[in-house]
Amino acid sequence: MNELVFFINNVVIAGSVTGSIYAIGAVGVTLIFSIMRFAHFAHGDMMTFGAFMVLLLTTAFPGAGAAFGVPAALVLLPVAMALTALLAVGIDRAFYKPLRAHGVKPIVMVIGSLGVTLMLQGLIRLFSGTGGQSLYVDDRKEIFRLALPFEGVRAPVVITEPQLYLFVITLVAVVGLHFFLTRSRLGKAMRAMSDNPDLAQASGINTNTIVAVTWVIAGGLAAIAGTLLSLDVTFKPDLSFFLLLPIFAAAIVGGVGHPYGAVAGGFVVGFAETLAVFNWSVLLRPFRDSLPEWMTQAGNLAFVGTEYKIVVPFFILVVILVWRPTGIFKGKVI
Amino acid sequence: MNTRRTDTVAAPRRFPLREVGLFLALLVAVLGVYAVMGGAYSTRMLVEASCYAILALGLTIQWGYAGQFNAGVMGFVALGGFCAMFFSIPVNHDFWGSELPGELGLVFVYMIAATLVVIGATRLDRLGVPRKLRTVIAVVLGVVLYLVVINALRGVTDQIESRAGFIGGLGLPVGVGWIVGGALAGVVGFFIGRVCLGLRSDYLAIATLGIAEIIKAFLKNSDWLTRGTATVSPLPWPVPGPEAVGFTLARALYLSVTAVMIAVIFFLLTRAYNAPWGRMIRAIRDNEISAAAMGKDINKRRLEIFVLGCILMGIGGAALGSFNSMFDPQGYLPLNHTFLVLVMVILGGPGNNLGTIFGAVAVYIIWIMSEPLALFLMELAVSFGEGAFGWVAPTNMDSRALQARVFVIGLLITLVLRFAPKGLLPEKVKHHG
Repeated sequence: MNELVFFINNVVIAGSVTGSIYAIGAVGVTLIFSIMRFAHFAHGDMMTFGAFMVLLLTTAFPGAGAAFGVPAALVLLPVAMALTALLAVGIDRAFYKPLRAHGVKPIVMVIGSLGVTLMLQGLIRLFSGTGGQSLYVDDRKEIFRLALPFEGVRAPVVITEPQLYLFVITLVAVVGLHFFLTRSRLGKAMRAMSDNPDLAQASGINTNTIVAVTWVIAGGLAAIAGTLLSLDVTFKPDLSFFLLLPIFAAAIVGGVGHPYGAVAGGFVVGFAETLAVFNWSVLLRPFRDSLPEWMTQAGNLAFVGTEYKIVVPFFILVVILVWRPTGIFKGKVI
Repeated sequence: MNTRRTDTVAAPRRFPLREVGLFLALLVAVLGVYAVMGGAYSTRMLVEASCYAILALGLTIQWGYAGQFNAGVMGFVALGGFCAMFFSIPVNHDFWGSELPGELGLVFVYMIAATLVVIGATRLDRLGVPRKLRTVIAVVLGVVLYLVVINALRGVTDQIESRAGFIGGLGLPVGVGWIVGGALAGVVGFFIGRVCLGLRSDYLAIATLGIAEIIKAFLKNSDWLTRGTATVSPLPWPVPGPEAVGFTLARALYLSVTAVMIAVIFFLLTRAYNAPWGRMIRAIRDNEISAAAMGKDINKRRLEIFVLGCILMGIGGAALGSFNSMFDPQGYLPLNHTFLVLVMVILGGPGNNLGTIFGAVAVYIIWIMSEPLALFLMELAVSFGEGAFGWVAPTNMDSRALQARVFVIGLLITLVLRFAPKGLLPEKVKHHG
């Protein structure tokens, strides 16, 4: 049973944590893709920017959380979301809109977003330095240890405070997005524009507003994902590069342009990562006596070492692209 | 038609004012750097710029001729650098003298055998096995064999690390490593191209970016092969090193080697561009459908171009690796290599070889010079801030000023895309008739 707890801690919880973060990020990428029709490479840096804003605000107002009984970072998150949304809209106005007006190919937009990536990364590092910093400036990170009520189970299930917030906020964000897209006028207009931009414009939808709303949503979600990831581990300025591939993988696995697919894709990629680096020989240990010796002899049955974790999302990506390019949920025809 | 196009062949051959003007400006900039930073530093900059020019020529044929956006330049540069290291550094007798090479060879035999078995399993449907069952068998077999081989490999590599450090090099002349580096990059490029070239352009970018990361992860973590983060140095040079003839002269000699390489590559590329092959490539780029209707094999040509570009990147990466005289897998940053090269190509003019070389040197000067400039500006701001408000500046100004480079490159990409989307020296498109 101890092995099962080990499995829960290392795969179920860790996979849901990374899955949730990838899911929120991938939803943003997928929304931008379905409205603006290009792969937004600077998304990871918008996440980093959001987390950095939270870090700055928390350093400025360390006592903000005490009144609500939650970490200060969480109280200040909405402000950071607004700032990131503002940044996203500003970037669009300054860099992407002129390119769109010229009617360039999507790939040129991608290169433009690479430029934005570099600028954001340079700026964030210029101000934050290159080291990691904890978002728990004045608070203490609580760690819950749940002992399972079984005979002979010594190891507890470990879950930390930010992980609990992460699950709740992911749920709220996804449900909120669902209602926004299906019930509100703007959300319906967004879906219309994603299906057929020309027809949407002809039927009186203001495309400029829709573009701005998309950036606001994507920016806000990016800030949430970046902050929650930084709460769980630490804030690092090179966060974005480790997020970029998994997020694109998640968006493509789920079918580009498909928000629910992106959520599913995020969890697929998150779990695939943790399952791939998990050492399966641990689970074989209880059956040591009933299995042939050569199977239990192997000390390390992980598919890849932890140092190759970054390779896993990419592998999934290529398999999906070759095997089913529209993703598991039938996204846009590419 | 009533209007005559100005860019027809019949137009008189004009004096290349734009080219001459831009290159004169570049010369002034280079001389300026020499005047400010001194000879050794500036020659070093020129050598690195020339290595980047080879990389940029590789990317310009992929992006300029075929519209393939390869975001994985770093991976090919790293492969080239690895070959330059592996072939040129001295032989490690601790490793070759033991029984370890045999064991390593055995693992490779297992690996090949396992690959053949899995490939065989994917063909089982030809023997009447149902397709679904075939897929299941192939996947299960693949997973099991993978685990077996990877475990055997881990055993041998751990032995190599603990007993011999790493496997060392082959002690061959530097040029061999450069040529093999180009060939290896080409082979890897071939397989990537086979899988990925059918993808949409932004998916190709993501896929190549991922492959570059895989190559880097492999080189960084395979301590038995590359010493990983412990780095390998010094790498031999193809010309006398600084300890023999002094910094400036040694670097000037190295520069002459890379300059000759650029000249040869430039000559061959220009010949190819104006040859029937180049015309076919441009025809495919400009109108794929009609080119296909003329019976051109589009996919084969695209693969050809991709591999050719990768070979050039491998050679350039090898030259760069030897020059740095240190193989550090962690030093292959996607930012420094991929995007720097991309800016060079876009600024210079995709598809124009001369423009690409111009872009390479110009952007490299901007990249190198933005750090001291930023440091100067920051120190100015600090002295002003301390004087006026008594503000205490952070101490790690140098590492922060380094980030200015990244910012400047990003700004450069977006500005060029907006104001000179065809580059400063656009490709001259000939319209016959």
